Amino acid sequence: MSGEGIYSARTAALRWFAAGWSYLRTVSGDNAYERYLAHHATAHAGEPPMSRKDYFTEMQRRKWSGVSRCC
Amino acid sequence: MNKLFGILLAVIGGFALGGIALYRAEPINSMWIVVASVCVYLLGYRFYAAWIASKVYLVDPTRATPAERLNNGRDFVPTQRWVAFGHHFAAIAGPGPLVGPTLAAQFGYLPGTLWIIIGSVLGGCVQDMTMLMLSMRRDGRSLGQMARDELGPVGGFAALIGTLMIMIILIAVLGLVVVNAMKHSPWATSTVFATIPVAILVGFYMRSLRPGRVLEASAIGVALIALSVFGGGWIDQQPTLRAMFDYPGVSLAGFVIVYGWLAAILPVWLLLAPRDYLSTFLKLGTVFLLAIAILLMHPQIKMPAMTQFVDGTGPLFTGKVFPFVFITIACGAVSGFHALISSGTTPKLISNERDVRLIGYGSMALESLVAIMAIIAATLLDPGVYFAINVGGGIVGATPDAAVHTITGWGFPVTTDQMAKLAHDMGETTLFARTGGAPSLAVGMASIFGSTFGRGLLSVWYHFAIMFEAVFILTTIDAGTRVGRFMLQDLLGHISAPLGRTSWYPSVIISSTLIVAGWGYFLYIGVIDPNGGINILWPLFGISNQMLAAIALSVSTAIIIKTANKKAYAWVTGAPLAWLATVTTVAAWQKVMSVDPKLGFFAGADDMAAKLAAGALSADKAAVAPQLIFNQRLDGWLTVLFTIILWFVILDMSRVCLRRLRGASVLKSSEAPYQPTKLEPIPVAAGLHGVAQAGH
Repeated sequence: MSGEGIYSARTAALRWFAAGWSYLRTVSGDNAYERYLAHHATAHAGEPPMSRKDYFTEMQRRKWSGVSRCC
Repeated sequence: MNKLFGILLAVIGGFALGGIALYRAEPINSMWIVVASVCVYLLGYRFYAAWIASKVYLVDPTRATPAERLNNGRDFVPTQRWVAFGHHFAAIAGPGPLVGPTLAAQFGYLPGTLWIIIGSVLGGCVQDMTMLMLSMRRDGRSLGQMARDELGPVGGFAALIGTLMIMIILIAVLGLVVVNAMKHSPWATSTVFATIPVAILVGFYMRSLRPGRVLEASAIGVALIALSVFGGGWIDQQPTLRAMFDYPGVSLAGFVIVYGWLAAILPVWLLLAPRDYLSTFLKLGTVFLLAIAILLMHPQIKMPAMTQFVDGTGPLFTGKVFPFVFITIACGAVSGFHALISSGTTPKLISNERDVRLIGYGSMALESLVAIMAIIAATLLDPGVYFAINVGGGIVGATPDAAVHTITGWGFPVTTDQMAKLAHDMGETTLFARTGGAPSLAVGMASIFGSTFGRGLLSVWYHFAIMFEAVFILTTIDAGTRVGRFMLQDLLGHISAPLGRTSWYPSVIISSTLIVAGWGYFLYIGVIDPNGGINILWPLFGISNQMLAAIALSVSTAIIIKTANKKAYAWVTGAPLAWLATVTTVAAWQKVMSVDPKLGFFAGADDMAAKLAAGALSADKAAVAPQLIFNQRLDGWLTVLFTIILWFVILDMSRVCLRRLRGASVLKSSEAPYQPTKLEPIPVAAGLHGVAQAGH
């Protein structure tokens, strides 16, 4: 196999891994605060955003005030 | 190409189903069942769901969703479809699809398997997708609000009461499953107890130490829980420690009740939220592992296709295959509870109407596959072993000798040696009469995992499976008690305004106590019942869950009649509604009217009362008889109430539909008006990039 082939296979693998990792962070809420900051910067530019801790507390409170788990 | 794929699926699926049909007389391999079900799900998804989406609901990719229109970066957030799918699946997948199929295996593998496949493709998946679609078109309104908006106050109130009742029964029955799994098992009890401090630790980590680092904290928590499974094994070897975790059912029920009460009033970050992260990762991981193990090992199914118990004489619960297989398996085929999830959090995440098919229909199809795996895990056991584990001592006899004699007499040979060896392999003192479904599922899972990943660890696999079920049952107990509390506070708010304030502590304490007392009562009765309690409580749960599904389908049918451009399409939800109304009503009728004391609630109460009066009961049975008699009558009246609520909603729905068809005025559809979307499709690896695009 040529060096180029190995290189592109590794790039593809890394890209897959990055996509998987990004998916896991998004679906679990691990990067929720970063996403909130991004949203805040576009939607409410100028206002100070919530701190990481406040945002997380608020997110949990909201999540568990309705039906969010089933049998 | 798509057509070719469809034809290929149909051929493979037909072949597998044909295989199941032809192998009826001899043991069948579980691969046939897996292949047949996956093909049917894919066909249903590719053709039926696509047809419903485009023809009945006129899915319009150019229409802006509430997530886009109302985007607030919090609950309304346009979300990449696979992320929303992950959220929705994690929310709907609970312990229900593991327990129901295990119990229904008493009829043989065929009735349950067919109902899981057909019920989900034509019923459950359709219900979930419909609710998601309708709620999304109505800015994410809940089932109760939609019932009120589209049918009127009667429908809305029925939906609210129905939801509250099902919550109480559901928590009680799941509590009973977990208590029966821990009863006199120090290993299981210590492992399950250990998950509480682990959850609290994870809660502190996520709140104070490293705020919001969900993955780190969960990884630490899952590792600690895995360690606690081994730790439980070690405790089981120490005579003094062992005794500290050896409890009878009543004490364990007390623990669960106190735990549920505390979890409902404590702040969510401390116990509920971290426990949910752990249980979600464990659940998805274990289900994935189970799927791999079944594929690698493809075990033989040892249960016959149909047992003699289809005639209604079943030992796990009494009642003929019709209607009771359809009541016993609710989650996994059709689950009314899903309507609450599909009309709550999820519709606010959908970025494009096109995604409704994947998220609504697809998630339910996957949940149905989990139910299929549960039925495989139950039916790969020797039938004799399955019955010995799952039938209470009150039915087969209290001693092992009596139990194996009775069960062998049914034509399912089993010996005390075989059971003793099995219990020893699994690290338990006995596996007789471990009702509730969890232990037999754990034995099934341990044998699959053991043969795939190493037999030496059978007892560890068994307790891992018990712990895994217990962890997410406890999550459901926490979350359910909390939601019940909010609903009750909402109701009480109509009587006195301060009671309706969800953060006022006296109201929190009063409403939490009422909810916990409600399910705690049924749990306690289930624990003292010598027949195991599941045989009474599970049918009640099934009836209430199917009632909720019927309410959701009634609302859906009324909306289709009101808004669809072809009224005839109402059969899409009308047909599953008719089926559910039939099975629920027939089952309720039999549970109320039957003169067979094993089947009818009132007949059972009268029979026990007569025996008590005649002094025909043993001393320990006589001691609990008055409570059991009262409980059976209460269950009878509850069943009557469920049926009345069900028919109220159906009649209300028929009234609305008839008025609409005659051209009379009906409540205006509450659908939000069309606005064009400006959203770009969100790429798969949507981290910051996708959301930045989605921002308004």
